[in-house]
Order: sequence, then structure tokens, then C-alpha cells
Amino acid sequence: MLLRAFIPLGVFAAIGLVLWSGIGKNPQLLPSALLGKPAPAFAAKALHAPETEITSASLLGKPYLLNVFGSWCVSCRVEHPLLMEVERRGEITLVGLNWNDTREDATRWLAQFGDPYSQIIFDADGRIAIDFGVTGAPESFVISAEGRVLHKFVGPLTEDDIENKVKPLLAGQAL
Amino acid sequence: MMPELGQIALILALLLAIVQATVPLIGAHWRQPALMAVARPAAYGQFVFVLFAYGILTEAFVAQDFSIAYVAQNSNLALPWHYRFSAVWGAHEGSLLLWVLILSGWTVALAALSSRLPERFMARALAVLGIISIGFLAFTVLTSNPFERHVPPLADGNDLNPLLQDFGLIVHPPMLYMGYVGFAVAFAFAVAALIEGRVDRQWVRWSRPWTNVAWAFLTIGIALGSWWAYYELGWGGWWFWDPVENASFMPWLVGAALIHSQAVTEKRGTFAAWTLLLAICAFSLSLLGTFLVRSGVLTSVHAFASDPTRGIFILVFLVIVTGGALTLYAIRAPKLAAAPPVSLYSRESLLLLNNILLVTACAMVLIGTLYPLVAEALGWGKISVGPPYFGLMFFVLMAPLVWLIPFGPLTRWKGDSLPAVFLSLRTALALAALAAALVWIVERELPLKAVIGVCAGIWVIFGTLAFLLRRMRNAAPGRMLTAEMVGMSLAHIGVGIFVVGVVVTESLNVERDVRMQAGDMVEVAGYQVTLREVVRQDGPNFIADEGVFEIRQDGELMSTQHPQKRRYLRGQVMTEAALDAGFFADFYIAMGEPIGTGGAWAIRLYYKPMIRWVWLGALLMMAGGLVSATERRLRQTIVEREVVQSAPEQMPDALPERA
Repeated sequence: MLLRAFIPLGVFAAIGLVLWSGIGKNPQLLPSALLGKPAPAFAAKALHAPETEITSASLLGKPYLLNVFGSWCVSCRVEHPLLMEVERRGEITLVGLNWNDTREDATRWLAQFGDPYSQIIFDADGRIAIDFGVTGAPESFVISAEGRVLHKFVGPLTEDDIENKVKPLLAGQAL
Repeated sequence: MMPELGQIALILALLLAIVQATVPLIGAHWRQPALMAVARPAAYGQFVFVLFAYGILTEAFVAQDFSIAYVAQNSNLALPWHYRFSAVWGAHEGSLLLWVLILSGWTVALAALSSRLPERFMARALAVLGIISIGFLAFTVLTSNPFERHVPPLADGNDLNPLLQDFGLIVHPPMLYMGYVGFAVAFAFAVAALIEGRVDRQWVRWSRPWTNVAWAFLTIGIALGSWWAYYELGWGGWWFWDPVENASFMPWLVGAALIHSQAVTEKRGTFAAWTLLLAICAFSLSLLGTFLVRSGVLTSVHAFASDPTRGIFILVFLVIVTGGALTLYAIRAPKLAAAPPVSLYSRESLLLLNNILLVTACAMVLIGTLYPLVAEALGWGKISVGPPYFGLMFFVLMAPLVWLIPFGPLTRWKGDSLPAVFLSLRTALALAALAAALVWIVERELPLKAVIGVCAGIWVIFGTLAFLLRRMRNAAPGRMLTAEMVGMSLAHIGVGIFVVGVVVTESLNVERDVRMQAGDMVEVAGYQVTLREVVRQDGPNFIADEGVFEIRQDGELMSTQHPQKRRYLRGQVMTEAALDAGFFADFYIAMGEPIGTGGAWAIRLYYKPMIRWVWLGALLMMAGGLVSATERRLRQTIVEREVVQSAPEQMPDALPERA
């Protein structure tokens, strides 16, 4: 009975420690916890072909850039021309993760602005995005041929990101 | 000269707060009426000085005294006069001063209205408010002085953050602070009770209206913030699970739990320790919200400039206030009278379930909000959870709560029969199912989950009406409906309307991103939207591109809309969306970016059915909180002889049961 009354204090102390640890750090630097670890396993339907299943295993063997996007996402549209350009150059395989969207909207959006992705995973209930720790769109993950997460980008990619971060990471990997 | 006077006033207010926090506490301990009597004058004096300082800062904004750094940073010569008043709380320093002013105002109200409560108890409660006041005044004076001079004075200022040049955001912070600070009253009462070592049902009854009013303000504050995000940020949504939104939502959830548990403690004498704990938590979460917003530990659209010193200050303060209160709780709570067993189905057990669900929801929001910090502290790297997590867990926790609402008011205290209560609700359930079926027939696109949601919302509304009807039929005339019951019913109906709004708007809204140039027509949800032209419109402190849109249905012109893309002098670009608001649907048009040089624009067109119901529900909840606070019974205090009991083992006898 007596000990039970101390539980709130204990919980508060734990929260206090967490808050203390956060002071003075920059929250915008958001490297993924998954860095260097295998990407979360998933199995989901393809956006364009609802009967086809894309799994984390089916993507192995070739490094790729996983790009989280949604038709509702304004920043994704800012990023989009760059992805189209990357696709045109054909140097990097782009895999889309359509998040928090409907098939209809996403398809229309891609028809309007162009579709740079080799495959698009349709994350119907957002569970894949949760597993990847996605906080918002766009986010991009560089994933190696063995399925490990090499890097994470938060926010729209830039030409600089592609040239100086993604390419060097993939340089050691077979395309 | 004037700014220095303002600063001196703040320092004097701080000194008075120290007096208010210490002398009455000593007086209460040694039973010295003269020392206890210091509490009220100290609170009044403090308020006068804070008000004076606030007045000087407002005057500096109106007169545009750019020799004050804060004024120069947050206004300029072109700022319209009415925004100069609200610019006072446009950034960290001034909003903190507003917070202090509101806290001081609540303290004065409490001091003035509480003369019939036991003097010792009030001396302690006012001292606790004094301690909180010390924290915020010291924070202002030491780390965030709004009166700091800019040397040399500037000819013109920087401009107020354009996001804040808007009615919604002018009213949003004061309402929110009224709510946050309002919980300080319940907190002070709880701590005073813990010091005293007993929970007196008289003051629980007396503190209920304060909690209700605080919660009502918090409700309207959050709703205004949500409304503002909807039409001003140009995001098209009404809730984003942003850390700062969560920061205000957590005390709201616990506050809602507190309202219900206070009712149980006041009427039945049970849940006493739990009510104290909730009162401590509600205010502590308000402080935590302040910490999250002002320390820069989390990113958010709302976050103030991050400053580690401020973060450390608030954290230390949080540890003193909350840590102190919880330590006191840990020592004293076991001595409080143990609750008599509650029968399996009774109003007590339903309200307990309500509390568990609300508090669990709050814990989930807290975990989701702090997750990035936890993950980092444990070396998992920086990660955070997004809206899908919140959406999922909220659905799981709130669905049972919503379905249970109608049972609460109809179930008797101590024990009731579930079949009997269900019987009196069967008409409501049948009508709700019928209404949901009708909705489904009219709107065949509605997914099954949404139909169930609509049914739940209507069930809450009809179930609450069933309660009102039964009261009117059965109760003695003159006692049919108390303000408390009307308030509760309003709030519950508000929840029902809110649920219907959320479910419908989330499942039927149409969002389209299109490229348009003058003359283009797009079809959205059966309406034809035409972009006539894009014109240049300049405001006092911004330049804007304005689209002229016509909305037609079957060729008939419904309305003409003028969304803008504004570029403020300060350099910020703002989307001023155009809204064709309606009771059943909103049309929302926002200008994106220009595409190419040919005059084409990326345009966002949203069709949001029933989104107004979300805020209408919140308005009713607020009204409910305010109406129930007018309950006369709660203001009646039987003047008690000051018998000082040390932790009596039993509660006073149960009051006659009501409803």
C-alpha cells in the first residue's frame, strides 16, 4: 500500500530524466534507429497492381532508395522533379512507399506529376511506416542489397543528397 | 523609463509572490491567523504589479517603442493597430507575461471568492499558488525579460510572425492559458489537502466549478488552435498530433478524467486519493506542455525559439512543483480513508472505467510525444512516431468510452442493474441504428467503420436525450434539471456531434492537388471549380497573389473564392486558404506554388463534409463545462467550525443521493 503510493513519483522521475536528456540537443537531426540494421520486414500490395505482393525479401539483391510519399504531401511535390530526374538518369533504383493515401489519389497524383518508381508499396494501414519510424513525408531510406538501412533522410531530398550521400553509399554496392 | 518601471513591477510582484508562498504556510502550520491573513493581500498586490507590467508592455507595442528588443522583434510600423495588442503575446517573453497575468488573475478570483472556506486550508492553497507564481515570475525576470532594451533603438521593427496575424491565433493563447492555469486551482487544493492530511468533501465540491471552467477554456483553446491550423496553415486537416497539440491535449484528457472523478469524490466520498493524483497530474501536464513548447527538445510548428537555459529552468521548476506534490502524495495518500468497495455495475464503476480509459489515452499520447526523447536517451537513435500510431491507439481507446457515455448518467450510484439501464436506452439505440442506416443509404460511399462511428455518435446524442427525458418525466418539479445535469448533457451531446463530424470528414473528404491556370475547370465532389484569374493583391505588410475561383453546381454559381499566397515583409510566405464554409460541408481552396512561368499554379482543393461538426462538438463541450460550473449546489459551503482533525479514518457521512 505504501509502496504503491510512490509509483506516480517514480514515473515522474523517469519522465524527468528523459526530458533532461533532451535539453540542448537538436531535434531536427533525426537519424534512424534502424541505421546499419536490417530494414523492417514487410509484405504489402503493390500500388498499381493490388493483386501483386511486394515483400522486403523480394527487394533483396539490389540496393535501392525507399521514398515515403503521399499525394497529400506538399513537400513530396517539391521533391518530385528531382526523383524524376534521378529516374531518368537510371543510376539509382527508386522504390516508393505510398503512405496514408488512397490508391485512387496516389495513382492520379503520379499520373499528373510522373512516376519515377520502379515499384510502389501501398501502405494501406500505415503499419510499414510505423515500423520504419516515419514521422512525416517525404522521408527516404537508402537500403543495401542485403536489406540493411544505410541512411535516412527526413524531408525533401536535394541534388546534393543524391550526389554526395546516396551515390557514395551505393558506390560500393552493385547496382 | 517606462520599460524599467515594468521590470521593477515584475520584481516587486516576484517579492510579493515569495511572501504569498511562505508566510501563510508558516501561519497555517503554527496556527497564526495574522500570518495566514497575509495570503490574500499579497495575492492582490501581486496582481496589481503584474497588471501594471503587462499594461506597460502593451503600451510599448501600441506606441511602437522599438527601443525595447521584444517590441522591435515582434512588430513594425506597418502592423495594424489591433494586432499591436495581441502582438504582446506573439512570442515567448510576452506570452509568458500573459501566463503570469492569468495565473495572478485566477489567484485573485480564488482569494476573493473563497472567504467561506476554512482559513487554514485556504492559506495553504493560496501559498501553493504563490509557489507556482514564484516559478513563473522568476522565469520571466531571470531568463525572459520582455523589457530588455535594444541599444541603439531601432527605427522600425521586424514584424509580428505572420502566422499570428489572425483572429484565431489572437484568442487561442489566452484561452489555452486560462485552461492550463485554471488547473492550478485544483492542484493547489490537492496539495493543501495533502498537507492537511485529509480530503474534505466540502472543498472538493467547491473546487469542481473551477475545474469545469478551466477545462472549458482548455477545450475552446484547443478547438481554436485546431480551427486556426485548418484555415490558416493551409494543411487542410484539423488535428496533426503535433507535439505542441499533444501538449495541450494531455491536460485536457486528464482534466476530463478529473471532472468525473471529482464528481465521485464529492458525491460518494470515494476515489479521494485518485482525485488528488489527477489534480496533480492535470496541472503537471500543463507545466510539461510549457516545457515541451519552450525548451526546444521537440520539433513542432509551434515551438518557440529553443533555448537550453529556459529548458533547464522549467525542468527544475517542474521537478520542484510536481516532484514535491507527488512526494507529498506518496507520504500522505496511504493515510487517506480507503475507498469502500464498489459494486460491479454502478455509476462509480462506470466512472472508474471512464477514468482508466482517459488516463490510458493520455499515457499513450505522452509516450508517443516523448518517444523521440526516450529513444535517444536509450541510444536507439532519434526516431519518432507519426499520426498512424496516434490514430490507431485513439480509435482503440475512445471507441469503448464513447459507447459507454449514455450509461453513465442513467446508472445509479452504489449499484444498479445493467439490464434495467439498457432497457431505458433501447429506444435511443434503435434510433441511432436507424439514423446510421439512413446515413448509409444517403451516402453509400461511407465505409462500414464510419457507419459504426456515425451510429456511435448518434447513440451518444440520443442516449443523453433519453436521460434528459427521463429526468423530466420522473423527477419532482423544480428539481428536474439542475445546471450540473444540463451542463453534463451538453458536453456529452458535444462528444456525440464531435464523433459524427470526425468520422464523416475523415472518411468522405476529397483532397485534390491539381495544376490550374486561368480558365481551367476541375470537378470535385460534384462541384465545378473554375480558376478565373490570378491577381496581385497587396496588404499593409505583405504582397499577395490572389486566385479568383468560382464554385458551381450544375452550372449554377454557388460562390466565388479568393485564396491568397502572401509574402510578408519579414520574408515569410503564408498560405491564406479560402473557405466556403457550410454546416454540412466546407470547400477549401489553397494556393500552392506557381508552376513554370506560364501563370499556372499548383492548387489544393479540399471538400470536407461535416468538418464544422468537429468544432461545434468542442463548442458544446465548452458550453457544458461552463453551464455545469454555474450549479448552485456547488457554491453552497456550509460554514464549518475549524475543527482540526488529523487524518481522520473516515469520510463524513454520505450526502443524500442525487439522480
